[in-house]
Amino acid sequence: MKTVSSLLDKAWHERYRKISALNIRSSIYDVTNRCNLLCRGCFFFSSNEHKAATEEMDVEKWRQFVHREKERGVNLAILIGGEPTLCLDRVEAFYAQLPTYCATNGQIKIPRERFPDMMVGISLWGDEEDEKILRGKDTFAVSGKNYEGDPYTYYLYTITPKQVGRIESMIRKITDVGLKVHLQLLTNDEHVDGFFWTEEKLRDVRAEMDDMLDKYPNTVISCKYYHEIITTGKMMNRTFGWAECPSVTEPMDNRSPRPKRLIRFIRWASDLHTMHRCCTSATRDCSTCKDGAAYMSWVMVNKRDHLRSAKDLQNWIEVYEMFAKLYRFIPW
Amino acid sequence: MAVSTDKKGMIIRIAEIIIFELKLEKITPETFDPDLDLVDELGVDSMDLATIALVLQDEYGIKIDEDDYPKLRNINMIAEYIRQKQTE
Ligand code: SF4
Ligand code: SF4
Repeated sequence: MKTVSSLLDKAWHERYRKISALNIRSSIYDVTNRCNLLCRGCFFFSSNEHKAATEEMDVEKWRQFVHREKERGVNLAILIGGEPTLCLDRVEAFYAQLPTYCATNGQIKIPRERFPDMMVGISLWGDEEDEKILRGKDTFAVSGKNYEGDPYTYYLYTITPKQVGRIESMIRKITDVGLKVHLQLLTNDEHVDGFFWTEEKLRDVRAEMDDMLDKYPNTVISCKYYHEIITTGKMMNRTFGWAECPSVTEPMDNRSPRPKRLIRFIRWASDLHTMHRCCTSATRDCSTCKDGAAYMSWVMVNKRDHLRSAKDLQNWIEVYEMFAKLYRFIPW
Repeated sequence: MAVSTDKKGMIIRIAEIIIFELKLEKITPETFDPDLDLVDELGVDSMDLATIALVLQDEYGIKIDEDDYPKLRNINMIAEYIRQKQTE
């Protein structure tokens, strides 16, 4: 029988030891239904999730809600929207009580005197040209200045099929403003004309992501196993999709048999009562979903399956480390 | 099947349950190290533990709380936990 000790040498075992004790239990929160941008292909607005619930306006209710979430065992709050920075009091309700990660488009600067070490992930959809097409403006021009050199901020670069072959210019710009970047892929069914993944494009983007990681190891927070899985949709001969997805809201998970999944995971709407099906839009086709967090979690919850060989277990460790770095459970 | 009451029998039976439920290969109940850390060494997670706990509950007529999972890290600890529960 294979055990962790029989598969790993001392150095890998030490890396394993550091992450195996973490026991991360995340949930996702829509902080608001509003945004200061209107991006083409934004799942939140295109699937009408912004109308799923009426925002809770009383910040005291948010504080009580976060307290209940903490009691429920959540130890990582992932704030999305809409644009969370439009409601900093609500963000503060989380930050005061839980390790918190805030996704933002970076157009409003989060005051560091109020949120000194809150993790911030800035969305980016490509270079200046693509950003203008998809988001109506070159958001990097603003977000890069707002967050230059911030040690708790990184870019979440959603690569579109049109970016393939052109990723490096943005990685260089991000390096130049002293920030880090994590790479993920646009999902096909977001109905943006001409932005569609083909098998060939996915092969090319995987090679390019690998290349960027080799060339910019201090900027890119990623690993090659994650690139493999998100581009092929395969892990251990299994195919990603509804039957395998770990990021389904637990009380809404009626799958049988239940796959390995995130324990106690819920994505809450901004009324603090309504739940969404999963970490992204319920209208999304699971068979083509490219949600990066869901893919990462897919690997993470399937630890035992990676006890097949030393290489498989090392791959698992690298994905877990990547996740832990992104939410600053371990240093970059 | 009769419930094993002596310690050795209980340990073998727990090992049998774990091997069957987790579909472990190349191991027998007799060669399963009762001190092997199931979480750190075999990658057992709380979903696996829940599956094992269900079978143990039926077999030994006890109730296993999710909060007690940290007490179930190896076979010896599981056996001890069951004995304590049975005497409560
Ligand atoms: S910034 Fe984010 S929430 Fe706002 S429209 Fe764009 S993708 Fe949607
Ligand atoms: S859309 Fe993606 S994240 Fe949501 S349930 Fe389907 S596979 Fe999972």
